Amino acid sequence: MHLLVCGGSGCHASANGDIAKALNEALQLSGLNDEIQVVTTGCFGFCEKGPIVKVLPDNTFYVEVQPEDAEIIVQEHIIKGRKVEKLLYKDPEKDEKISDSAKMDFYKKQIRIALRNCGVINPENIDEYIAREGYQALGKVLGELGDQKTIETMKQSGLRGRGGGGFPTGLKWQFANTNQSDEKYVVCNADEGDPGAFMDRSILEGDPHSVIEAMTINGYAIGANLGLVYIRAEYPLAIKRLKKALEQAKEYGLLGKDVMGSGFDFDIQLRYGAGAFVCGEETALIHSMEGQRGEPTVKPPYPAESGFRGKPTNVNNVETFANIPVIINKGADWFAKIGNKKSTGTKVFALAGKVNNVGLIEVPMGTTLREVIFDIGGGIKDGKKFKAVQTGGPSGGCLTEKHLDTPIDYDNLIEAGSMMGSGGMIVMDEDDCMVSVAKFYLDFTVEESCGKCTPCRVGNKRLYEILHKITEGKGEPEDLDKLRNLSSVIKETSLCGLGQTSPNPVVSTMENFWEEYEQHVKEKKCAAGSCKNLMSYHIIEENCVGCTACARKCPVNCISGEKKQVHKIDQELCIKCGNCMDVCKFNAVEII
Amino acid sequence: MAKIKSLDDLKKMQSDLQSKINIREQGENPESHVQIKVAMATCGIASGAKEIMDFLINATGKRNLDVVVTQTGCMGYCHSEPTIEVNRPGEDPVIYGDVDVKKADEILEKHVKRGELVDGIIPVTHKTIDETK
Repeated sequence: MHLLVCGGSGCHASANGDIAKALNEALQLSGLNDEIQVVTTGCFGFCEKGPIVKVLPDNTFYVEVQPEDAEIIVQEHIIKGRKVEKLLYKDPEKDEKISDSAKMDFYKKQIRIALRNCGVINPENIDEYIAREGYQALGKVLGELGDQKTIETMKQSGLRGRGGGGFPTGLKWQFANTNQSDEKYVVCNADEGDPGAFMDRSILEGDPHSVIEAMTINGYAIGANLGLVYIRAEYPLAIKRLKKALEQAKEYGLLGKDVMGSGFDFDIQLRYGAGAFVCGEETALIHSMEGQRGEPTVKPPYPAESGFRGKPTNVNNVETFANIPVIINKGADWFAKIGNKKSTGTKVFALAGKVNNVGLIEVPMGTTLREVIFDIGGGIKDGKKFKAVQTGGPSGGCLTEKHLDTPIDYDNLIEAGSMMGSGGMIVMDEDDCMVSVAKFYLDFTVEESCGKCTPCRVGNKRLYEILHKITEGKGEPEDLDKLRNLSSVIKETSLCGLGQTSPNPVVSTMENFWEEYEQHVKEKKCAAGSCKNLMSYHIIEENCVGCTACARKCPVNCISGEKKQVHKIDQELCIKCGNCMDVCKFNAVEII
Repeated sequence: MAKIKSLDDLKKMQSDLQSKINIREQGENPESHVQIKVAMATCGIASGAKEIMDFLINATGKRNLDVVVTQTGCMGYCHSEPTIEVNRPGEDPVIYGDVDVKKADEILEKHVKRGELVDGIIPVTHKTIDETK
């Protein structure tokens, strides 16, 4: 029997202690520690209900497990074979407990390729990776395929870069392969910067060997002997597991000098990033690795011609790499059959925001937003109404109800005014004000702009200021035109991808929620009730019984009134914290 | 650790290691494998079910049998503990009573491997909820 304990960062954060250790101790007490193995795995994806513990072989899926539950799991499940009811997942719609994860809506529609080993193997044990066909793709490439056939396979598979741009991976490899040079480099882009996105971190934490194997394949295919992983220093667990995996791979002769006796040398080193968003852009990333300022430069030349130290360099994203061993093992045709014609395979999304099942999911390309948000995500929190979903991070846009049935792929998302991005998906409900959402993303880009080119450095700051003015209730109708013009100027004249896409949140919210912008400017109202300066709290006289609860709770003492008399809010003093509304039992406080 | 020198080395290593994590893949679709359930309630444990369980787990691993061994609660045949249930895919489950290590060995060799029934079967005395529908 195996007990799989999620060792991803999400579950780590929600556990108040070491669950694996507690389980081991409980097993020891019952004398079962020899028969039953406790395995720490990567992310299961169901972060909403973490920490997760899965019992095999009966596939029981326990949610929200804490170390103190270890004893009951051992006593009840392991010894007596009874499932621990209170730790089972409860289907919110049917109100019944589900013990088998395969029967949960969350997992039903998923196909796991990049995440194939996350939540299945122990990432710190190379043997478990090898037992799941690990490093066989590398063996096949070194022994049978050679560089040209490998590149051909990548091309036929239709795999496109999962970091956001969606450039065909095979083509990228071919460019680097054709360019002659004494040295070439392979770079893994693990600088995951979109707010709310954590796909790459989870893959590195849950299955580091798949990335190492793919980088080595990439190196062989283009003729590089050194691979570099550019990873954020704020991902300590991923770094730790990656380092351990590198050591093990070297020990087994799968990395380093003479890989698998083929005569091919390949080494992988880590480079730490300080977490600047712009360093996800490949030229900026390369400069940062060279010890220079993380600023992008004009393309061409593309890194495939002149990259790290001026040599041909292939930069691929973590998730792209994670797909590669499977493509080699199962064949390009197998992969190309999944998804749709122009976007093959699957995509991992980090589902976040106002959705019931926050977590990490992997679905075939062409799945609709509705399936992702309502079937897998379990719908909107607290039964509220769906308003929009933001994809592509600060470079993407907001999609609305009318896009819900659009199949998700690279091209459809761009057509709808957003983009795939690295896979962050933030769901918003009726309480989210779209002007504020645009402002939030602009705040992020202003902070993250490297400052090299004027449109991005100054333009985004101005965009932010106009948005701020609107949310403060001081917006004028001309501001909306200014937003539009400025956005198009920034898009056209910025140097790199960051600036060229930074106005997207403004453009797409203006397009889809024009009335909301108008309402803010003309009527000085925020229908979602989130812009504080555009609303005020009032007491409804008929409902107020004079219980004094609100007056006692008010942090600035702006509510006056005698006991059993109607109370009144002093609008001058009110800071709009909303405490009075929360505390009132008689629905006597309203927002106007 | 000897270095891996070829794809064949790797494949050999995989087949050696596979049995260690087979259980995780089988967990995804338990219906397609032979399942042996050991009744591990108080009555079963008191009569030595844990010893049988240990034996089955070890033996199936050593003999490379594609079998999922799990425990279950009391099946109601407390008179004949330890009891085990053998489920071959597509066949009716068979329950054996008074199982000792020798009997368990025989069950593995004959029933699990070749589908031959062995002495010691307890006749089914009840219907399951699914059957009564």
